[in-house]
Amino acid sequence: MEAAAAEPGNLAGVRHVILVLSGKGGVGKSTISTELALALRHAGKKVGILDVDLCGPSIPRMLRAQGRAVHQCGSGWVPVFVDQEQSISLMSVGFLLENPDQAVVWRGPKKNALIKQFVSDVAWGQLDYLVVDTPPGTSDEHMAAVDALRPYSPLGALLVTTPQAVSVGDVRRELTFCRKTGLRVIGIVENMSGFVCPHCTECTNVFSRGGGEELARHAGVPFLGSVPLDPDLTRSLEEGRDFIQEFPESPAFPVLSAIAQKILNETSAQLS
Amino acid sequence: MEEVPHDCPGTGSDQAGQGAACQGCPNQRLCASGVGAAPDPAVEEIKEKMKTVKHKILVLSGKGGVGKSTFSAHLAHALAEDENTQVALLDIDICGPSIPKIMGLEGEQFLEDNLGVMSVGFLLSSPDDAVIWRGPKKNGMIKQFLRDVDWGEVDYLIVDTPPGTSDEHLSAVQYLAAAHIDGAVVITTPQEVSLQDVRKEINFCHKVKVPVIGVVENMSGFICPKCKKESQIFPPTTGGAEVMCQDLKIPLLGKVPLDPHIGKSCDEGRSFLIDAPDSPATLAYRSIIQRIQEFCRLHQPKEENLISP
Repeated sequence: MEAAAAEPGNLAGVRHVILVLSGKGGVGKSTISTELALALRHAGKKVGILDVDLCGPSIPRMLRAQGRAVHQCGSGWVPVFVDQEQSISLMSVGFLLENPDQAVVWRGPKKNALIKQFVSDVAWGQLDYLVVDTPPGTSDEHMAAVDALRPYSPLGALLVTTPQAVSVGDVRRELTFCRKTGLRVIGIVENMSGFVCPHCTECTNVFSRGGGEELARHAGVPFLGSVPLDPDLTRSLEEGRDFIQEFPESPAFPVLSAIAQKILNETSAQLS
Repeated sequence: MEEVPHDCPGTGSDQAGQGAACQGCPNQRLCASGVGAAPDPAVEEIKEKMKTVKHKILVLSGKGGVGKSTFSAHLAHALAEDENTQVALLDIDICGPSIPKIMGLEGEQFLEDNLGVMSVGFLLSSPDDAVIWRGPKKNGMIKQFLRDVDWGEVDYLIVDTPPGTSDEHLSAVQYLAAAHIDGAVVITTPQEVSLQDVRKEINFCHKVKVPVIGVVENMSGFICPKCKKESQIFPPTTGGAEVMCQDLKIPLLGKVPLDPHIGKSCDEGRSFLIDAPDSPATLAYRSIIQRIQEFCRLHQPKEENLISP
């Protein structure tokens, strides 16, 4: 391990680092990352989001920050603030593309180099939480992120799955990745857990049911809750709206709030 | 080689062996000698192997979780329903190999006489085994799949890919470069969060000169089983695949609605097309698959490239 302890670096002011992982694509990692950041912001915290999905950077759009420019300062890149109060800052390869449809067609080594830079050369400043959103898999991006963040003792990882066996199968592998890299699992979130028809309120298990909770039990990690399919949530992400603020009555709100609350409880317990 | 320096410029780069990161790398001399810049002999070997494979179709998406593996599996099932058609399904999602589960296979390579499947999933001894590999090692596996698997006489080789535009995709395209890929089927869901990644994938196809057969919009609308009214679970806030295809002048092969039975069939390793033959989703799949077959028929490779049976 490098002697990173000697050099405080750009993460010196970051109190807690949380990674959001899944072996599976399209289960809602970016959604959970975004909503967690918004919920923590509403609890009065300063949050940074580091989007290390270089091929499919989703976070800028989810926070209505697409097309923003990244500026330089003495310590490196200045992350983009997505709100006037500057309580959420964001770094994503999405901001570095000349054209939003441009594909980042890079092999592993080049991806690793940029991720290292995102950790060491972004002037994050004072943050209560840095949420790291990742692409699916257990490869270059994940190894690079864990290696670069290791000196800062991450709080742990949130693992996101959908209920069906095909997703759970990949998330089991992600749990192994966490174990092998010494990354603590904060818990498992099951997303897309049922859809309540807005016309007749019948709940249909569109992507099967129960897989996330069973996986948590099998792996001996906390189950943090099931987030249902919620058109208000999907639409908020499409339009870059603050779901936590605007839709507190919506079906997805309680579990998303609870996840943030668990993080807050864990980290406030650490202070005493 | 197990590990490469983090800032490795790439063995094919003109900086190979000469960059600052190359110092101390065991391959430095080899790279500096220019050997990395020579074409990989595997490309020719794979071209030879692929002479018995009539049609090669990549199933791609910039976005994860849109239904690539589901589509690949059911494309394979549908084509193999004709017992005179030989179908091969290759899963190059090294970190998240879903195909074995979706095809209901436990360590077997052949599902039916005329449908063969290969995936790194078959090489793992436990469902908890993680393939924690960097790019170069994944590329090596893909090369082995293409070069060292005895595919035999195949009418359709379907290659299922992970999301993104990275090592796996570059390797598949590079290793198959001399062997003629018929084209790519690009899968998306209706919402902009997916489309923004899918546009990148389409640009990737143009960049590497892989024809785009067309786009499939998956999870397109949901019919409540109780009241039969439609909802848009993944709303097409920017016009969905239809508008994207119009903008990019690419065919929209079809839209597949969400049907909870699809997920169930996949989890249980069965063909949804057989489980639910009258579902609107099945009808959509069949129409899309017919269009793909039509595309392949119209774009036959030249006869001299094929070994006659």
